[in-house]
Amino acid sequence: MTGRDAAGGGRLMRVDLQLIADMIEPGSRVLDIGCGDGELLYYLVREKRVDGRGLEISQRGVHGCVKRGLSVIQGDADTDLKDYPDGIFDYVILSQTLQATRNPRTILEEMLRVGRHAVVSFPNFGHWQARWHLLFRGRMPVTESLPVPWYSTPNIHLCTIRDFVILCGECGFEILQGYTLAPGGRVRAIGRGFGFSNLFGSDAVFLLGR
Amino acid sequence: MPATSDRKTPGANPGYRHRCARLDGVGLTLDCGAVLDDVTIAYETYGRLNEARSNAILVCHALTGDQYASGFNPVTGRAGWWSTMVGPGKVIDTDRYFVICQNVLGGCMGTTGPKEINPATGKPYGLDFPVITIADMVRAQALLLDHLGIGDLFCVIGGSMGGMQVLQWAISYPERVFSAVSIAAAARHSAQNIAFHEVGRQAIMADPQWMKGRYLDHGKVPRAGLAVARMAAHITYMSEAALHRKFGRALQDRERISYGFDADFQVESYLRYQGSNFVERFDANSYLYVTRAMDYFDIAAAHDGVLANAFIGTRTRFCILSFSSDWLFPTAESREVVHALNAAAANVSFLEVETDKGHDAFLLDEPEMFETLSGFLDGSAYQRGLGS
Repeated sequence: MTGRDAAGGGRLMRVDLQLIADMIEPGSRVLDIGCGDGELLYYLVREKRVDGRGLEISQRGVHGCVKRGLSVIQGDADTDLKDYPDGIFDYVILSQTLQATRNPRTILEEMLRVGRHAVVSFPNFGHWQARWHLLFRGRMPVTESLPVPWYSTPNIHLCTIRDFVILCGECGFEILQGYTLAPGGRVRAIGRGFGFSNLFGSDAVFLLGR
Repeated sequence: MPATSDRKTPGANPGYRHRCARLDGVGLTLDCGAVLDDVTIAYETYGRLNEARSNAILVCHALTGDQYASGFNPVTGRAGWWSTMVGPGKVIDTDRYFVICQNVLGGCMGTTGPKEINPATGKPYGLDFPVITIADMVRAQALLLDHLGIGDLFCVIGGSMGGMQVLQWAISYPERVFSAVSIAAAARHSAQNIAFHEVGRQAIMADPQWMKGRYLDHGKVPRAGLAVARMAAHITYMSEAALHRKFGRALQDRERISYGFDADFQVESYLRYQGSNFVERFDANSYLYVTRAMDYFDIAAAHDGVLANAFIGTRTRFCILSFSSDWLFPTAESREVVHALNAAAANVSFLEVETDKGHDAFLLDEPEMFETLSGFLDGSAYQRGLGS
């Protein structure tokens, strides 16, 4: 049995999830934080034979995951990572969730405590569209990556790619890989300068190590 | 399958012969130190064991449950207590799995317990029966599996006290448990739960018909005490919202209050019915012993005070479920188990099912519970290499 029917011909529907999936070694131990309905985790378990676990805050998401046979617990990334012992995962994934957590820095540190690698994706607040919204319209950005207006967004800790890279430096994390996505799904490796990526990448995906 | 001998057991329906295995000379050593030389276990099975003997599921019953998980219960004359869950094409699909359900040690549906004859005296044990624990129940269950030639279990599953047995199974016999589902349970009995049990036990022991536990010798039954125990317990199985939805302040067969102590309210009438019904099928001393076993349950205490220690190195796949309106075994208790399993790097799924039906929800029609368990069992079967 394969996940091809669910994953669309062996590939994931979402480009950002495929980008993450491509970073994961087959057969590794993976924790997906904020795994939603388990689209990525299911793909990794079925296509890459990982030993996959999930942590998801919404009851609906957990229900959907367990229903498809995934090992997922209902819990909160801000409070529940501390239970896990050191280094039990090869990869800890945090996809499009960092900006919605109360303590992003603590979570990143926890991810690299329980796992050897962290994979993090987030919307880039430094993207030119966001800047344009603020600079010329004087309003909080509403874009493809940030689709919800300020008063109802779950995002409470937005950052730019440069902010994220600086934080990684302060925490002593090693950036092993970095990519940006542009609207329409074009993927680019992040270069040394960050300036171009920070302006033209609407989303970023990083692979971190200790 | 080895031959098992049938045996007549007294009970609410004295004519019915429960299916029993007599395990003579097993010498079951209990936590309290006592040894039961011979153990009889009443059990039922559903479905067929496959060639590889890899499709066995043990269903563990709750405090007042029994071995009749599915099909027809000959004592109550009604469907088995979990027939919504266990049966052909059901979540625990007996077309696919071989399901075993045993009456617990200390129970009153054929398994060795205080109601049965003490070989030393030729009379019912009564309070001479040794105090048992959840771990003792699990030991006895393992003996039956040995007797049936079943090495390891594809899954152990149960709710409430059954969920406690599930956790104990995973701890006592980790290599025999491929997956474990504990529903509406906890790693220990809380002070509040012990308190409710104590009310029930005191009600039984305060009944003059209890006769210091020797009522069977005198042909009596402490009906009033056991009924009150059941009534008090039954309240804890339902949520306030469910009680209100079901009864509100509605009056029973009358237009107005009677200014007396009849069952004016429907909720009173309902509880009285539950109490008197229960007396017909359950033994008062068994109620004392089985509630005590639950009270003594505390996994962490048996592992240097650290719950996670109990699960270190486990390879079992766990599924923990709780119900949002369960105040007897609240979600917080399940979370403690989940946190401990995470700390032990165990493979665990956990979901709090939204429902207003309280603790009893595990026995009821809860589509979300069914779907979750189906998914978990399918996922486990996939990992185990059991074809669908």
